Amino acid sequence: MFNKAERIREYLRSEMLPSIFCSGCGNGNVLNYTLRAIDELRIDIDKVVFISGIGCSSRLPGYIDADGLHTTHGRAIAFATGVKTANPDLTVIIFTGDGDCAGIGGNHLIHAARRNVDLTVIEMNNYNYGMTGGQLSPTTPVEGRTTTSPFGNLEEPFDLAALVVGAGAPFVARWPVGYPYETVDTIKRGIEKKGFSFIEILTPCPTGYSPESGLKGNRQIWDWYKRNTLLASKYRQLSDEERADEDRMLIGVLQDVEKREFTDEWAKLVAQFAASRE
Amino acid sequence: MDKQGYDAIRKLLGESPAFVQGDVACAYGAVLAGCRYFAGYPITPATETAESMASLMPGCGGTYIQMEDEIASIAAVIGASWAGEKAMTTTSGPGFSLMQENIGYACMTETPCVIVNVQRSGPSTGQPTEPAQGDMMQARWGSHGDYELIALVPNSVQECLDLVIEAFNLSERFRVPVIVLTDGEVGHMREKTVIPEFDELKLVERETPTVPRESYVPFGGGEAAVPPMGFFGLGYRTYVTGLTHTEKGLPATSSAEEHTKLVSRLCEKIRQASESLVRIEERYLDEAEFAVVSYGITSRVALNAVRTLRRRKKKIGYLRLIGLWPFPEERLLGLSKQVKGILVPEMNLGQVYHPIREAVAGKCRVAHLPKIGGEIHTPAEIVEAVQKLMGGRRR
Repeated sequence: MFNKAERIREYLRSEMLPSIFCSGCGNGNVLNYTLRAIDELRIDIDKVVFISGIGCSSRLPGYIDADGLHTTHGRAIAFATGVKTANPDLTVIIFTGDGDCAGIGGNHLIHAARRNVDLTVIEMNNYNYGMTGGQLSPTTPVEGRTTTSPFGNLEEPFDLAALVVGAGAPFVARWPVGYPYETVDTIKRGIEKKGFSFIEILTPCPTGYSPESGLKGNRQIWDWYKRNTLLASKYRQLSDEERADEDRMLIGVLQDVEKREFTDEWAKLVAQFAASRE
Repeated sequence: MDKQGYDAIRKLLGESPAFVQGDVACAYGAVLAGCRYFAGYPITPATETAESMASLMPGCGGTYIQMEDEIASIAAVIGASWAGEKAMTTTSGPGFSLMQENIGYACMTETPCVIVNVQRSGPSTGQPTEPAQGDMMQARWGSHGDYELIALVPNSVQECLDLVIEAFNLSERFRVPVIVLTDGEVGHMREKTVIPEFDELKLVERETPTVPRESYVPFGGGEAAVPPMGFFGLGYRTYVTGLTHTEKGLPATSSAEEHTKLVSRLCEKIRQASESLVRIEERYLDEAEFAVVSYGITSRVALNAVRTLRRRKKKIGYLRLIGLWPFPEERLLGLSKQVKGILVPEMNLGQVYHPIREAVAGKCRVAHLPKIGGEIHTPAEIVEAVQKLMGGRRR
């Protein structure tokens, strides 16, 4: 019998390994968490499609022995909308990054959250464009130093989880990469959720971060996650005054509500037409 | 599509002959061809196709979705095609420009899909309600890199219906995007349109693999092969990428050899079939000394002009391009050996004029009659230009 790690390895497209990921990158962890979630849910892998855009995180579908669609930069969610609405029997999981889905693909992200097609977006936020060598992204913190903000970022970043909640997504969560059990559980909930699920995972980019960012080195990055995040469950216990002083990022499941889902509603419309013919 | 499915669709479409707009006929052609997925974004003068598809899709058991822009529309169409559906989008110039990157992606990933471009006057926002033929070259060269695709140009409402069916057939056969280039005039005018009967419909369905997963080669099969499409959910675990990929579909971005093999095959599968893709209409070419070569709405005026000249005993012939890309070079070369000169009227400042000149390679004179601004040529303008060409001297 396989142990779990060996069983997860069975999902990999072995001829694609080793991966392109740098030492200390979080993308491999996210792949592991996702495959564990699928394995625990006992979903038929032949009915899962992994879809991505462009960037390091978007290389993940290539490492999975399953149907995969590695699309154009920023457009993964739009392609995925086509796959899912054409065949709702498929489970559709999107791997994307902060630059891919919030920069060039921001319009598709908010509209997918509003439209509420049953998709699961796993967004790896490393606060920069890693594949091109560490440029400013829409999530780079204020004053963050990147190769294209050498004097510090003057822009305000997106809080993507808050953005997607605001756009209407029924399931939204965020975890730093160092919470494996919580993340696997959350991905399972996201896949099972009938509707648009958005799971942000904070992943380090040890290569892209400059020494000036103060985040060069995994120890520094993981400490930064610790200092700058707060469990949503703890936040909910705070008084109003305490909340007002709180500026850390909330982590955990941030939104979980029921909403009308597009493919369900469309199927009802088609059924009405079919019934009226008889 | 079986007879029962056809009958259900005929019920939705209503009486034949119909009296509908070109845009609506495109939608009719699509549902008759088996299109069961439409993603689009409203744009003049193409909106009526989207409106028709929104009305027709639920009754056909298909899907209509209005996307947030044209980039998303073509993306959803490509996704739907990989989910196993025949899929279409329609747009006009500005939206067609936005679609170019993903059209290249469809070529690179060998995704069957149909794009109707109801051309309007540009550049930029231009004259939204006015017809033009300004995207003939963009249809062929709009995306980056080397690729081939197929483009068809209807000149009537009936042909909108017929050529959209043909576009789906060619798209499924060759696994390429097929572009139907209508214009604001053909798209918005109403004409008598005959809906084909069940036994007149010849539909092509994409080939799917029959081999076991382990031996399936998703992107190979030889120098001009069209590989069977192991689309999503069939169990073939196909990895589709716009990166340069091996026959197995896996990235090979640093290999000159793999890139050359892949891109050559993508081009050769169309180029080697180009003779079978010739779609031209020829009239009055016997003993013709000069010819008018035209396409789209302009060809209807050109035919009128040619008839006028024939009545005046002038030996003028008429050739209409229905299939624009791949370009029917051999036919134009053949024509150039017969006639002394060719007139090319078109609603742009010089597009199809250029491949015609390239094809005839100096064997006859080629004169251009451009017209922009949203107005169609008058027969008199074409008659006058032909007379000028006939009176001109070869250098």
